[in-house]
Amino acid sequence: MKEIRIHGRGGQGAVLAARMLASAFVAEGKYVASFPMYGFERRGAPVVAFTRIDDKPIREKTQIYNPDGLIVIDPGLLSLPTLFTGLRPGAAFILNSPKKLPKKPNENLKIGGVVNATGIAVEEIGRDIPNTCLLGAFAAATGWLKLESVLAVLSDYLSGDILQRNLKSAERGYHEVEVIKW
Amino acid sequence: MKAKKGKVSVLTGNYTTAYAARLCRPEVIAAYPITPQSEVAEQLSSFVADGSLDAEIVEVEGENSAMNVCRAASLAGARVFTATSSYGLVYMYDTLLETAGFRAPVVMANVNRETPGIHAVSSGQQDMISTRDSGWIQIIVENNQEIIDQIIMSYRLAEDYDIQLPIMVNYDGYYLSYLSEAVEIPEQSDVDAFLAPLKKQPQRPRLIPGASTGCGTHGMEMGYVEARYKHWSALERAKQKVDDIDKEFGEYFGRSYGGQIEEYKTADAEIVILASGSAAGSVKTVIDAKRAEGIKVGLVKQRLFRPYPEERLIQALKGKKAVGVIDRSLCFGWKYGPMCMELKAIAPDIGSMPILSYIDGLANLDITIPHISRVVDEVNAAAKGKAYQDVTWIPME
Repeated sequence: MKEIRIHGRGGQGAVLAARMLASAFVAEGKYVASFPMYGFERRGAPVVAFTRIDDKPIREKTQIYNPDGLIVIDPGLLSLPTLFTGLRPGAAFILNSPKKLPKKPNENLKIGGVVNATGIAVEEIGRDIPNTCLLGAFAAATGWLKLESVLAVLSDYLSGDILQRNLKSAERGYHEVEVIKW
Repeated sequence: MKAKKGKVSVLTGNYTTAYAARLCRPEVIAAYPITPQSEVAEQLSSFVADGSLDAEIVEVEGENSAMNVCRAASLAGARVFTATSSYGLVYMYDTLLETAGFRAPVVMANVNRETPGIHAVSSGQQDMISTRDSGWIQIIVENNQEIIDQIIMSYRLAEDYDIQLPIMVNYDGYYLSYLSEAVEIPEQSDVDAFLAPLKKQPQRPRLIPGASTGCGTHGMEMGYVEARYKHWSALERAKQKVDDIDKEFGEYFGRSYGGQIEEYKTADAEIVILASGSAAGSVKTVIDAKRAEGIKVGLVKQRLFRPYPEERLIQALKGKKAVGVIDRSLCFGWKYGPMCMELKAIAPDIGSMPILSYIDGLANLDITIPHISRVVDEVNAAAKGKAYQDVTWIPME
């Protein structure tokens, strides 16, 4: 089983990103269970989403404490003291940031992926909704799923012009992410 | 005859609920949105708007009216659906009682959330527990597939001529309402076929314009007692029906859930954990791990909360050495959790054994794998004669 935790803020699309990620893995024949956790629906409030992927049905319905992957949609959340707590050895870390990573943020990390998803989203979608760009970046950095699976499921959630813009955003995330292997 | 394989979609618990309701062809829907149920109301409105569901949506100003509309429509002969949660559920409390007393077969999804007293927009079963004695059938499910399947089964049960009672299908807020999972959505023709027996039974009493029909629960003295006795008896009958409908569903659709309770590895178990809802899935994972360590532990997942599955529980637990009950709610003024308290009431019939009460998972707190693992270890020690604590509030430790 692989466990992935997504950190974002209300309005950035963390909840939808978790659902899209689940659909993309299901498209590849995997079993998936994915849920976000937040209190009131408020823009700007921290949101965490938990995604499990396995080859067999997933029964656990708990939050994720030992992730194999972290996706951080808002770089402001890097200051969370517990962000990297409990990471499994060999874990992957995907970050939305216009800056490069200064150093390896945690000793258990093996893969890093940094992409200016906000910049790309503003250019392609016209708004700071970097979720689909980060899914493309996640696919490229980890190799855990194909870009085609991500692109294929976006139409389950979006349509028309906004779908086209998000497809572009996800593709750019895939190609423009800077991948670091530690 | 077997059902065809349905289309597999990735849906949240809330969207699953809306899809399930649509498959059952409700004619009237009245639901007021509330976190974490809102998507159910939204999606049903959207189905009606896009023409894929031929139902009348009655827009109401709150849950109390929602349940009044559902009861009235049901008494007029319509199939109805509604959904709510927490504040919404308790805001319809008087109408819940009326609906059950009128024997209106309303099917309602309740997305479990903490109740007023402390404002908490978070998961917990306190809302369902607080409406325990409303006279409704209350069922708790574990995952999204079980949501869709149980809602379909609920119409067979609610509208059964021998039952005619409202049903509340409960699923955990957040942990299931927002959980995306792949679910198999049955074909419409198969759901129609499964619900078809309802059309062959005698027509249930209904209000007919121009005709004099009595309904409702006005009753003095023996009139009251007789109506209550019939209601009480219908709940007793519902227990076996839950098992029968689950079995029939399993034969037709290939999925079944044990009816009143689901037993997981209890046959040779020395100790048992009793849990419900989404936490039951996590307990199964822990049971497999503990069995690998040599601890003979099983799970009883309580699906039916009202009526109380007394006989099935006695069958499953008799002769075991100890039981641990995990409650996601409180019983104010009584030290054990609600499900543990009720199990204690049948203790003489299951035999003398330690029964350990655990309170966990309140207000969105997680019933984690380590928490469950610790419960198993303590129950196992108690079975071997070690002293134990009656009640443990796990998050307070």
